[in-house]
This record gives sequence, structure tokens and C-alpha cells, in this order.
Amino acid sequence: MSSRARKLLAPARLTKWAVSGPPFVFLLLFFVLPGVIMVIASFRYPGEFGGLAPLAAADPNTLHGFTLETYRFFFSDLIYTEIFIKSFLVALATTLICLVMAYPLALLIARSPKKRRDLMVLLVILPFASSFLIRVYAWMILLGPQAALSQLANGLLGVLGIAPVHLLFSPFAVLIAMVYVHLPFMVLPLYTNLEKHDPNLLDAAQDCGANAWHRFWRVTFPLSLPGIFSGSTLVFIPVLGMFAIPDILGGTGDMLVGNLIKEQFLVTRDWPFGSTLSIMLTLAVLLFVWIAAKLGTTRGRYA
Amino acid sequence: MALLEIRNVTRRFGDFVAVDNISLSIEAGEFFTLLGPSGCGKTTILRMIAGFDLPDAGQILLDGKDLADTPPEQRPVRTVFQSYALFPHMTVAQNISFPLKMARIPGSDAARMLRETLDLVHLTDKSDAYPHELSGGQKQRVALARGLVNRPRVLLLDEPLGALDAKLREEMQLELINLQREVGVTFVFVTHAQVEALALSHRIAVMRDGRAEQVDEPSKLYSFPQNRFVADFIGHINMLEAQVLEPAHGHLRLAVAGLGEILAPPLHGIAIGSKGTFAIRPEQVRIGVHDEVQELKNHFLGTVLHFLYRGDVTVYKVSLANGAVIEALLPNAAQGRAELFKVGDTVCVGWRHESGMFLHE
Repeated sequence: MSSRARKLLAPARLTKWAVSGPPFVFLLLFFVLPGVIMVIASFRYPGEFGGLAPLAAADPNTLHGFTLETYRFFFSDLIYTEIFIKSFLVALATTLICLVMAYPLALLIARSPKKRRDLMVLLVILPFASSFLIRVYAWMILLGPQAALSQLANGLLGVLGIAPVHLLFSPFAVLIAMVYVHLPFMVLPLYTNLEKHDPNLLDAAQDCGANAWHRFWRVTFPLSLPGIFSGSTLVFIPVLGMFAIPDILGGTGDMLVGNLIKEQFLVTRDWPFGSTLSIMLTLAVLLFVWIAAKLGTTRGRYA
Repeated sequence: MALLEIRNVTRRFGDFVAVDNISLSIEAGEFFTLLGPSGCGKTTILRMIAGFDLPDAGQILLDGKDLADTPPEQRPVRTVFQSYALFPHMTVAQNISFPLKMARIPGSDAARMLRETLDLVHLTDKSDAYPHELSGGQKQRVALARGLVNRPRVLLLDEPLGALDAKLREEMQLELINLQREVGVTFVFVTHAQVEALALSHRIAVMRDGRAEQVDEPSKLYSFPQNRFVADFIGHINMLEAQVLEPAHGHLRLAVAGLGEILAPPLHGIAIGSKGTFAIRPEQVRIGVHDEVQELKNHFLGTVLHFLYRGDVTVYKVSLANGAVIEALLPNAAQGRAELFKVGDTVCVGWRHESGMFLHE
């Protein structure tokens, strides 16, 4: 690089650091550092009254207060793996339901006249205007035994001679709220993707003899895969760690990973095990993201 | 019977009449061009033939059968889009095979047709490439191949060369001509570039405001335009207001504004006093020193106003004594043409009387 070019670049580099420095430091302090602390905590003993056991007081036979005990414990009891698998299944089901519901909606918005699109997108994100918790509690009322929905469902089941069911405090309630809360996160990336599709491609496909189904299945759908992957990631990951919805709407048996972790820190006060669970969850999420990214890049290379 | 017949077709968008009661008949194997400025309705006609748009009135017949109730995917007509509209997630081979797949052509036949078509457009070695890996000319050829792979009755081309640079465009023109001759499919080509239309077409419909002004072979359009618009749109031409003085004796005597009295070729059924335009192509105008041009019946003295040196030719604008400005074209290959005329030089321009024409309004 010539000295002239270096001179030209010097202020640019300064600006770059001035702009990206603060967020970098912020993430370092409040994301990386706590992460490191958590990893360390997962290898320690719980304190007598919560928190961590002091290192000095620890038995010198146990690696100066460090241990693999929590990890051994995690794998020794299948209940934890089961909760992980159940959380995965709930996240997967939520993602699939969101996808099936969001796709036609995103397609409808993307193919509406330009003027109407902004309004429709606004409507999709409108629920964010009210508090997440209030919306979840609202489901409590909607699904309650006195609510019209329960009455209708049980009336219908009664006609068929099936015993009445409880909608609230059930996996059904958890799933319906999960879908409800996360639907916009699927609609938006899908819409962003579909909106960019060249409408000429559909004309071209039709011109080549493709009927409506083939135009969707062979052109629109494959081109929307990157949108599907990013939407799925945005739904799957938060659902996997969600604890509020199962807490509020789930029954006693509907504990998910999020609830388990929360319980370790706030109820059982076993910080090392809570940390271990968090790390296992992070690893699981990373694995999922890695797979999604892999699929996204091989299928999305043209995008 | 013509292969494709457009009968009294009209298409309106609100108050705007895009296509105004147009009738065209296109023969099998023809390279037919719709030529006109933007907004003249040429693309609307193309979209109606493809089936993406429907006429408000009139009929479009293919092999004598009205296409009105046939959706685009069932018409034996294929389009090459201006933007190519290649499927970005499919390879070249998959793009070209797409119509075969839609038509459920069995594997072995499909493979053969794909191979032949790839060969036809010289893309055999690119069959596994994705569209974004191709150059503009290659994308163009994929679009053509996709259009031709299962031999439609008509191939519609919507300004397909518009996105290419000048050099490539010329190459593709030659390829298009050869391709059309080889496959024998009827081409309906839409363009606003008159040079392209002249070079490619068997016949051209010159369009304005939704109507066909003249439908003719390229050389006829160029040499015998039927009106001012066609004369002006195709190539360069000098145009001056004129009035008929004497329509007799195997020629037309005209009074031309800024020129005076001249002779023009005879025109059937023209009356004394008719007003119109006198037109002559710059390459028909000879320019020289006085003696060289004098033997021509129509010749005038003037001075060089300015000139454009274009390499192969030089275009002179000559201001004549009576006020008219005439454009003349001088090939630089002409013998002894080492010396060019300069601005302000006195020159003589002239033309054989049968090379000019009178356009009746």
C-alpha cells in the first residue's frame, strides 16, 4: 500500500473504531464476560446457601474447588435429557406451525399493491405494542374453563361423547401461546424474502407451461428457502429457551429447559447446575444454527 | 392461412388506448418485428399473444383457432423476456429443461432435446453453471434455449438485446438470424431500435400510438416509407415542406420550402396543390465542388454549416442559398477523398430526381 493510500485510510480506520468500539466493548462486558463466568461456574460446587462454594474452603482433593460433578449429574439422570428433547419438540412444532401459518400471510403481503404492504406489515408487528406478559395472560383468560373457546370445544366433544378437556395449563395452551407470540418473527423474514422475488420469474414459469402449483413449488418455494431458514431460526431459538409461557399457561408436567434453568437459579439455588444447563442449551442452539446455516448456504447460494 | 392472426385487436388501460384496432397476420417461419417508440403498444401486443393480457376487443388466432380461452401455460407460444427471467436456483440445464418437465416429456427424449438445444446455443460446457455465473450474452442464450427447447409455434422476444453492449448486441443479432433459420420457428420480435429491426426481420410493423403505420419488408420501409412518421423513425432523412406543382410527364414537380422547384418521382393519383413533405435520405445526396454535381437535375449551391466525422463516413450539414439545411453523407472510402470539406466551404449538393420522395400528409 502506498503511503498516500495509507494516509487516506487512516481517518477512515479511526472512524471505524469510534463507531464500532462502543458496541464492541458493550458486548464484551455484558455478553462475553458473563458467558465466561458461567462456564467457570458450571465447573464449581454450589454454595451452602446458594451461589458458589468458596474456592479456598473446598476440598483440595477435588481439584481446588473445580469439578465435573454437574455434568456427570446432568447425564446421570435421564429426566434432564428428556426435558431437553421435549423442549426441542415444542420448539420444532412451534416453528412448523408458525411456518405453515406465516407463509400464506407473507405471500399475501408480498403480492399486495405496494401501498397496502406497509399497512399490513404494521398490523403484523402491532402485537409488540403491548407487553409480552399481558398478551400471555390474556391467553389465560381466553383458554380458561369459563371462556367461550373452552365451552365450544367441550360442547363439541360432548356431542361426540368425549369427556371434557382442560385447555388451560396444558401443552396445548403452551403451544398456542408460543405460536401466537412468535408468529411475527416468521412472517417478517419470509415477507422480506418473498417481496424481493422478481415477478417476471412467475410469468416465465407460466410461459414455460407451469400451472399455479408448479409455479409455487418449483419457483417461489425454493427461492424462499433462505427466508424460511432465517424465520425458523428466529422462532426456534427463543422458543427453546422460553420459560414465561410454560410457567403461566403450562401444567405441572409442562416444564421446559427454560423453566428448569430458572428453577436452578431462583428456587433450588444451585448455580453450578444452572450454569451447566445453560451451557448445554447454548450448545444445542449452536448446533441448530450451524445446521440451519449449512442448509441455508447450500440451498441459498444463488441469493 | 397465416400462422398467427391478430384481428382488430384493441386494448385500453383506463382512458389510454394502448392498442388501437390493430390487425396483423404473421406467416409460419417468419421473423416478424414490432417496431416503435416506447408506449406505442408493441409490448402489450406481445403480452396478449403470450396470454398475460387479454384484448378488450378483437381476436388473436393461432392456426385459425382463437386463443382467448387458452391460459398462457397452455399456449404453444414461448416468450424471451427482456430481463431474461432465468430461474436463479436452477442450473443452465435445469432452466432449459423446465418447459420439458412441465410438458411431461419422457426422460430420454427430454435428455436428447436438452442436448440438442445446448448445442444449438453453444452452451454445452456451461450446462451445470448457475445464471449468476454467466455473462450477459450467455444468459441471453439460455433464455433463447429455454424458449426454443420444445419448439413452440411462435417465439416472442421482448427487446431481448436491450441489456447487451453494442458489440455483443451485433454478435447476438447474427446468432438470432442463424438460430431462427436453423429451427424455423416463427419469431415475433419487439424493439425500439430500428437498426436492429432492419437487420433481423423479414417484415416489420412500424407502430405509433397503438396502430401499425406501415407493415413491410425492411428495404421497402427504408426506401418507400408511406408517411412522415415512418420515414423519420427509420434511419435518417431530410424532410422539407412541399407542395405539388405539376403531377405529370413521368415525374412530380414540387415547390419545396427553402429549396425552390425540384423534380421528384411520380406518385399515383396526386392532385395539383397537394401539400406534404419532401424527403430524401442523406446517403442519396451527393456533395462536391460545383462541376461534380452539376449534371444532376436537382442541384443547389450552399456552404458547409458543420460536419460530423464518423470514421466510415462524414455527415455534412449544408446550408443552401434559399434557406434549407440539407444533410449529406459522404463515404470516406470514396476515391481521392483525402481532403474533407471544411466549415464555411462553398459546396454543391444534388440528387437524382428519382431518389427523393413526396410524402402525402
